[in-house]
Formats: sequence, C-alpha cells, structure tokens
Amino acid sequence: MQHKIPVSQLGPQGEIMAHAIEACVHCGFCLPACPTYTVLGEEMDSPRGRIFLMKEVLEGGLNLEEATPYLDKCLGCVGCVTACPSGVAYGELISTFRGWSEPKRQRTPFQKVFRMAIQETLPYPSRFRTAATLGKLGKLMQPVLPQFLQAPLNLLPDELPMAQPLPEVIPAEGARRAKVAFLAGCAQQVLQPNFNWATLRVLAKNGVEVVIPKGQGCCGALSMHTGERERALGFARNNLEAFPPDVDAIITNAAGCGSGLKEYHILFHGEPESALADGFVKKVKDVSVFLAELGLKEPPALKQPLKVAYHDACHLAHAQGVRAEPRKLLKSIPGVELLEIAEGELCCGSAGTYNLEQPAIAATLGERKARNIIATGARLIVTGNIGCFTQIQTHLRKLGKEIPVMHTLELLDKAYSG
Amino acid sequence: MSLSANPAGLLADLARALPQERLLSQPAQLTPYESDALTAFRARPCAVVLPETSQEVLETVRLCAKHQVPFLARGSGTSLSGGSLPIDGGVVIGLNRLNKLLKLDPQERIAVVQPGFINLHVSNAAAPYGLYYAPDPSSQPVSTIGGNLAFNSGGAHCLKYGMTSNHVLGAKVVLPTGEVVELGGESLEGLGPDWLGLFVGSEGLMGIALEIRLRLLPKPEKYHTLLAAYDSLGKAGEAVAAVVASGLLPGAMEIMDSLAIEAAEAAVHAGYPMEARALLIVELEGETPQVEAEAKYLSEVIAQSGPYEVRVAKDNDERMRIWKGRKAAFSAVGRLSPDYIVQDGVVPRSKLGQALSEIERLSHQHGLRVANVFHAGDGNLHPLILYDGKIAGELERGEVLAGEILKMCVALGGTITGEHGVGMEKKEYMPEMFTPQDLEAMHRIHRSVDPDELSNRGKMFPSGEAPALSHGAHPLEQAGVISRE
Repeated sequence: MQHKIPVSQLGPQGEIMAHAIEACVHCGFCLPACPTYTVLGEEMDSPRGRIFLMKEVLEGGLNLEEATPYLDKCLGCVGCVTACPSGVAYGELISTFRGWSEPKRQRTPFQKVFRMAIQETLPYPSRFRTAATLGKLGKLMQPVLPQFLQAPLNLLPDELPMAQPLPEVIPAEGARRAKVAFLAGCAQQVLQPNFNWATLRVLAKNGVEVVIPKGQGCCGALSMHTGERERALGFARNNLEAFPPDVDAIITNAAGCGSGLKEYHILFHGEPESALADGFVKKVKDVSVFLAELGLKEPPALKQPLKVAYHDACHLAHAQGVRAEPRKLLKSIPGVELLEIAEGELCCGSAGTYNLEQPAIAATLGERKARNIIATGARLIVTGNIGCFTQIQTHLRKLGKEIPVMHTLELLDKAYSG
Repeated sequence: MSLSANPAGLLADLARALPQERLLSQPAQLTPYESDALTAFRARPCAVVLPETSQEVLETVRLCAKHQVPFLARGSGTSLSGGSLPIDGGVVIGLNRLNKLLKLDPQERIAVVQPGFINLHVSNAAAPYGLYYAPDPSSQPVSTIGGNLAFNSGGAHCLKYGMTSNHVLGAKVVLPTGEVVELGGESLEGLGPDWLGLFVGSEGLMGIALEIRLRLLPKPEKYHTLLAAYDSLGKAGEAVAAVVASGLLPGAMEIMDSLAIEAAEAAVHAGYPMEARALLIVELEGETPQVEAEAKYLSEVIAQSGPYEVRVAKDNDERMRIWKGRKAAFSAVGRLSPDYIVQDGVVPRSKLGQALSEIERLSHQHGLRVANVFHAGDGNLHPLILYDGKIAGELERGEVLAGEILKMCVALGGTITGEHGVGMEKKEYMPEMFTPQDLEAMHRIHRSVDPDELSNRGKMFPSGEAPALSHGAHPLEQAGVISRE
C-alpha cells in the first residue's frame, strides 16, 4: 500500500512502521482472524482498518485522538499475522506505533493513574504481591466498588499462594544434556508459583541444568505493548546484562514474556545495543520448544486416560509460531487424549493488561472461549501462559464449570511424579 | 446525476431511524472504509451504515432514495476491481453484521443465508451433512455471499462446477427504489425471464440482496491432487490443453509461475518446488473408483507433457497446503512488491500459450515484472503487475501494461474479466468488448431498475456521458453478419 509517511523525520521507529504499512495490500484476509472485528464488525476495529488509521495519523491526515479509541481496542494478539499472506509485521507496527504515540497522547488524570498503577506494580513481583493482598481486601468490598475496579479484582485468586523464592541454580538430574538460563516472570511468580517449580523439575528430570540469573527483572513486554517504550528499554537493558552468555538457551514458560524477549531486536532497532539484542533473541525459546527439540524423556502412563484440551496462547501460536511442540509434549504422556478447541486461533481476551483496560470486549471473548472449551468435553485444560490461565479459569467459573486449568509443564510434572 | 442530492438531510434521517452504533460518520470511522482490496482507488463516503436487520437495510435504501444520495453495499470489502469502492459523498451499507444462516435443509440441499454470511462458513455449516458450497473464490475465508452474488464470483473449482450463478437458486432483493422483490425460486428450473440471472453479476447496480438461497452439493468422496513442475510456462499451458483434449474434466486446473511460487511459498510453506518456472495443479474429485481410474489416465497425459517433477498429495493435509498456497498467492505477492495490479482477463484455452508469451513480451517492453497465477482450465488469467508507486511513472506504466493485456485478451477472443468484475478498474475497457449500442442496451436495462442511478453509481459503465439513444443498425448488421430481415 502506498503511503506518504515522513520516514526520515520519524527515525528508526518510522522505518519499522512504514515497512509494515507498505506490505499491507488491504486484501482483508485478516478480518476473520481478528477478535475485535469478529465481535464488533467494524472496519476500524480490524487489522487492515487500524493499519489505515495508523498510516493516516503518521501522514498527518488524521488526529491521533480520533484514531486512538480504535487502536486501543487492539488486543495485540497478532492473530492477523498468522492469517496475513503478504507478511505484514503487524505486531511490530502496533507496538512501535504505541511507543511513538504515547508521549503525544492527552490522557485524563484517571487514565494516567490507572496506567501508572499497572506499570508500577505488575512487573515487580513484590509490589504485585502487596497489591494483590490489598486486592483480597478489595474483594470483600467488591459489591460497592466502581466498575473500573471490578475487572482486576475478578482476576485475583481467593487465596494467594505463599512466596517461594527460586534458587540460583538447579542442577541436572543424571548426565547433563544442556545448560539454560530461566526467566522467572512477574505476576506468574505471585499468582501461580507452581508454574515455575514444575518447569524447573521437568527440566532437571530431562538432564537440564538451569540457572536463574539473580539480576533479572520483567521482560518489558507489558510496557512495550502499551507504548511505554522508555520503561521497556530499561527492563530490556537490565536483562541483556543479567543473562549469562554461556548458556544453550534462554527459557521462558510464559508466552507473553517469550514473545516480549523475542521482540528485543525491534525495541533496540537503531540503538547501540542492537547487535547484543540480536544475539540474545536468537537464544530465547519457550520451554515447550526447548524440550521438544531436546527430546523428552518419556513420562510414565497416567493411571487412567484423560481428555485434555490444549489452548493456544496467542503469544505462543501467533507471535512465536509455537503450536506443534506443546501438543507433541502432551501427546507423549501415555493416556492423554488431546482435543482441539473450536475457534482455537481466536484470542481469549486476556492479552496482557487488556482485560484491565478493555474489560467489556475481554469478557465477551473470555466467555466465547470458555463456551468453546466446554464444548470439547475435556476434563482438563492446558495452556502455556499465565494470562490465558487466569482468564479461562475466571470465565469457566462464571459459566458454572469448574474444569481444572494447568500449565503444560504442570501436567508433564504431574505425569513424572505419577 | 441528480441535482437534488441532500446528504445532510439523509444523515439526519438516518440518525433518527437507526440505533446510534449502526451509523458511522466521524473521520476515523470513515477512513478505513475508503478502499476495498484495490487500494489504488480511494473515496470518502459521507456515512457508513452497518445494519443488523433486513429492515434496517430497507430503511437505509429508502432514505437514500428519498434524499437522492447514492449508496453501495459492501460485505468484507475484498473486491479486486474496486467494485466496493465508496461513492464520493455517498453511503456505504456494510452488510457484514447481517451474517446469519437462516436455513439449512440437508434433504433439499439448500442453505438460505443473509448477504454478510462468509462463503467458507456455508461449507463449514453444511459439512456435518456431507455437503458443501462449490464456488470457491480464493477470498472464500473472508468474502461474503452477497459480494459473491454481485460479482458472480468464480474460483479454482468453477472449472467443473460453474460460477456463483450456477449455485444460487433465489434471492430476496431490495431494488434501488426501495421496492422488495423475490427472484428465482426453489430450484434452478424457473418460469419466465431469468431475473435472478440478470441480478447475479450486476455488480451492485441493481440493488441489494437481503436473503440468498444457495444450492449445496455432496462433498466429493475422494480427491486426487497432482502437482507438476515445468521448466517453462509454455509447457504447463500445453499440458492444460492436453488434459482438456483427453476428455478428463478435473475439478480444478491451476498454473502458477516462478514469481507466484516464490511468493506463495514464502507465505504458507506449501512445499512447492521452488526452482520450477511453472507449476500446474490438477485436482480430480468424485467417487473413489472413478477418481482412481482417472488418476491413472491423468498421470499418463501429464507424463507426456514434459514435466521434470510430478507429485501427488499423500493426504488431506498436503492437499490443503497445496491449495492454501495457491489461494494465498495474490496477497502473498505483496511480499515481492509494495504495489501490484491484479488482472482478470480470459482467453480461449487453446490460446493460453500464446497469451502467456505475449504477457511476457509486454512485461519486458514496459520494464515491469508480471507474476502469473491463474485458473488455467477456464483460460482465466490473473497476471499480477508489480510496481512501486513511489517511483514516478511506475503506476502509469503498470496501468498501460494492464490495459494492453486486457486488449490482447479481447483480441484473442476472450473477455476483460473472468470473475473479479469490471468495477471501477476496468470500466474504461468496456468499449473494447461492447459496441456503443450494446452499452446503451445495458444502460436502458440498468435505468429501468434504477432510474436515478443510486446503487453503486459510477461503476461498470465507462465514465462520461451515457451514449445518446440511437436506434441505427448494429455494427454486426452493418458488417452483414446478422440481419433483421
């Protein structure tokens, strides 16, 4: 598509945006893949519509404020990237655009406080723990709280697990087959610490030595995807320094973090750390991919057959192209019958902080996902992302279905331990 | 053109008649509707209406007629000919929310859908009964039945099964005047003039379909999908002629050239042989014994056509990958070039080789790359002319080249469009195919349905003043070919 974006004035970020916009041929193949278009049925809430809007804003033909209501509704699930035949790097476009536009936005004081609250708590496990504990108190007062505070509270568990600090090294069991560094994640550590423990046990079981670099912090995905570019750069710089170079891979067990880490080369495009970031990105692997490539030690058979539905997290399936590996791992557990969820490509509505910022659309998508999951008849739901986990659990409960939800590595861990 | 158009009055009436969220009129809401899948054209409507009931469509059309503001219907906006390009200052009626399956009768093999129902969803809904909807435009996961109807869409498998018009039994239509009529009926056999036939393919000039009755077919029991790689386009073209001459009627016969292979492979990793100059896809389908017998015969015919590699899809996954690559090819060409023009000319199958070498010559002459991906079995060419709009003069050269390809198609005894329609893009080429008298006859029919030319105004007919009424001798009469005596 033609554009008149003043790329030279916009710098390296402008190149990324212009490149993505040029590749769009407006064919519309993204429409059915887009959750907001599916729900709202409006062109400006579709990927190609948003590309048009971003182009107009960058060209100066449309005010940013007029376009933002529609751009803000984008989940960043990048389902459109999977569907796009002409290879538009939409994820890079929307993240970069949000980074470019955020300083120019005129937000209300309330929006500023709300965003700041998210940015200052979620990426920091200890702060998030405090906030979540306060949130538990909030839950008692939920009926009298205003609407905008309901969404975050709905996603909090009734009981917060105890903090369990991770060690710095976990040795391999038996002969060492590989050495990896592990990103522990933020909210996940507080809400579901067992995700990490299960992951570490399974890695050790498979002969993998794991180091958990002490200086690591948030991957920066949360900031990157909400336009907080400087903050994201800070987190990313810290991680470039914290992670040791002498490892076979940098492992994550959260889809969102994995795709965030894999975007470091975009984030650092035109920055001095660009080459360092490229090398870092090449080592990043979701734990399911790493294990599938390494060759999983076959777990013992389950005591009885189990119908399992695997939910594709968007940031695994669409952002990282990881679909086959988690399924392969699950199928390697004797007794697991793996089921596919209808509309599996469609986002569950969690999408990072989306369910906090756009609760209505997030809830519509969450319910739709829960209904499709229930229709599979599965007895257990497995996924590879904390956000999806929370969202699915919340919406299954809302529909009165207490189907257990687990991380892929938790089921593997359970299989090993019998 | 009516002088009494009153868009302000229309907007006020629409705002009164429709729930707020059905009416879009802010700049950020209108901008994304300015183009369909042909971004070379852009136009700003005064409003977009997104009705959720037939009644709301009716009211919108009637209000447009009252205020003399032109309108057009749009489904998913995937037209490659600018058919769903807005009319400057007119109204876009987006039908994508009218997407219900109203009836599915497996016994009668009929589906009744609203116009915004997506093509592929018909087959998905019919699949549990072993049925499917045959027309399969490459846009089928996106494009709507309403749009398919307006443009008489084709697709790879129309070689064997025919176009949309062969699969539509009836339609409830709101005419541009606001009158509602039922066209067609329960079966393909009807009494009297074929009004439905006139409506299908009329490119939105005759009104808007509100309900569409479709014919479903039993799903073929077996598929046999063959890929043959050639070191020249000419050989692939000759192979098509050989298959046709052999008496076989495959479900589909498609050719892709090296540029199209490169693009499609990058998009979907279909596993095509990358070094091939031309790839022929032939698909047999039907009952197992028949397909098995035909497959044997086909492999003999193909072997004699000089391919350097032949593959047969081993399973359904491989078959789907082959088709996914072919169907993504147009958009995938976006990977090779920032801009392109898709052409849609048709030539007699026996002239395929000649047409392809002529396209190659024109491509060299104008210094622009042309990718070819086409329904070879129908002689329906889809040259994709690659250009870079940022380079001064390239778009203009591309348009000239596109025009010369179309003229060549007509000269070889073909047409300027196989399935994408005339739309905005090819209307200036209509006189290449039709005499002024032919065009005038079409205009008279058009005006008898839409006297104020409100529905999709400005499309299909060449621009400029309509030719003056003339009742002289038809050029064929003048040439002595036909006679009224």
